[in-house]
Amino acid sequence: MTKESNFKRPDGRNVDEMRPIKVKVGVIPNADGSAMFAFGDTVAIAAVYGPRKMHPQHAQDPEKGVLRCEYNMLSFSVDERIRPGTNRRSTEISKITEWALQPVLMLEKYPNAVIDVFINIIQANASTRCAGINAAALALAHAGIPMKNLVSSVSIGKLDKQLVVDVNKLEEDWEEGEGPTDIPVTMTPDGRITHMQLDGKISNEQLREVLRLAKEATKKIHEIQKEALKKSVETGGKE
Amino acid sequence: MLETSKLNEGKIKRYLSEGRRFDGRDLNEFREIKIETGVSKHAEGSVRVKLGKTEVLVGVKMDVATPFPDTPNQGNLMTNAELTPLSSADFESGPPKTPAIELGRIIDRGIRESKFIDFEKLCIKEGEKVWSVFIDIYSINDDGNLLDAAGIAALIALKNTMVPKYDEEKEKAIYGEHDRKLPLAENMIPISLTVHKIGDNLLIDPLKEEEDVSEMRLTTSGFKDTIFAMQKGESGTIESERMPELLELAEKAREKVILRIKEYL
Repeated sequence: MTKESNFKRPDGRNVDEMRPIKVKVGVIPNADGSAMFAFGDTVAIAAVYGPRKMHPQHAQDPEKGVLRCEYNMLSFSVDERIRPGTNRRSTEISKITEWALQPVLMLEKYPNAVIDVFINIIQANASTRCAGINAAALALAHAGIPMKNLVSSVSIGKLDKQLVVDVNKLEEDWEEGEGPTDIPVTMTPDGRITHMQLDGKISNEQLREVLRLAKEATKKIHEIQKEALKKSVETGGKE
Repeated sequence: MLETSKLNEGKIKRYLSEGRRFDGRDLNEFREIKIETGVSKHAEGSVRVKLGKTEVLVGVKMDVATPFPDTPNQGNLMTNAELTPLSSADFESGPPKTPAIELGRIIDRGIRESKFIDFEKLCIKEGEKVWSVFIDIYSINDDGNLLDAAGIAALIALKNTMVPKYDEEKEKAIYGEHDRKLPLAENMIPISLTVHKIGDNLLIDPLKEEEDVSEMRLTTSGFKDTIFAMQKGESGTIESERMPELLELAEKAREKVILRIKEYL
């Protein structure tokens, strides 16, 4: 464990400590399923529409349903206003979000249909794609889409040489030593990786430690997700 | 969608002719307005407004820009609306379509024409540097009347907006540091309010079902008996003799809205 180091995180967290997580299922009445997921100041909401008829028709798959995700940061979610609409970054994140979720969905039940997942980042302080994936997994479950399991996502960071869990903006822009390495990871509760990215520099050995930390953190997230779903069932989706 | 609205049309009209609505409101009654400010930290001002089940998020961002040649000593305003596919099965992804563009423009004109923002106080260096104000409107759940929800939200977001500090050397905004409130007109609030006509009935704050069968709408942005901007929408008509009735309905509704959102203004 890397805990014995005296490493000081900018917000005083332990190296393996996530920011306070907030979850709420059923935040968008029009949607078939919806959820909010927050890591501290990073707030994502997700809405699921479908299964519904796939348009355009040529995109239909007669063998199984299609999962279509759209990740979008609101223009005012960061300091420098983002021009509304898609960009190269959001297009890629939309795709990796689909890949992160697909393995647990039983899409074969919905030939020719599409399941649309829309993710909006309302407020951003790094790890937005992870918050988005966590919200999306909850929204899909809330929509009653048959799933083999949930997925949970967390970002592991390497700041200089130190590994930390759930990277915030100050850490993402780490300037000392080897600088920042950002490793968002998504896993099923039994430890299967459905999504992983990396920007920076890391050794094979340390990467194994990254996965261990990710597994531990996603387990905690999974428990929180499960609780939120249970609560939404008990209250019948009412506040 | 079309099928449902056709089915509902007869029922809604029958109800309205008896002065009734699906949710039990009077024709001149607004739904409950719920407001939460400061919903997005990196925005200079932000708010969540709910009208019943309808929900919008509005954020204000500011940036340093070049003034337009015809207004060298005034700040700029840009209002943009996104009818997100997250908020309704009827909205699709992609570049904003006509309804989103119209919505943004209606809200923009109400604020601009009323001179609610004191643009001259947003001039940094005449002819060279001014502040740009961006109002961004996002629909979160559409259960009718996004237009008025957006109008109310834009005003409250502006009221909550703090101007970032200006870095003289780099000629850039210093985000996260603010020294003053956005300069706004005092004692004047340009509320944007839409009256709909269904059959012979005039009503405000329609539910989605009502909005779908609305034959015409008229949005007026105004304060007391002064109107700053107006837009008629949809293909129906209104007899000119009924305009005083419509305007009075709008004026009274604006007053009531102001009373309900007063503590945020």
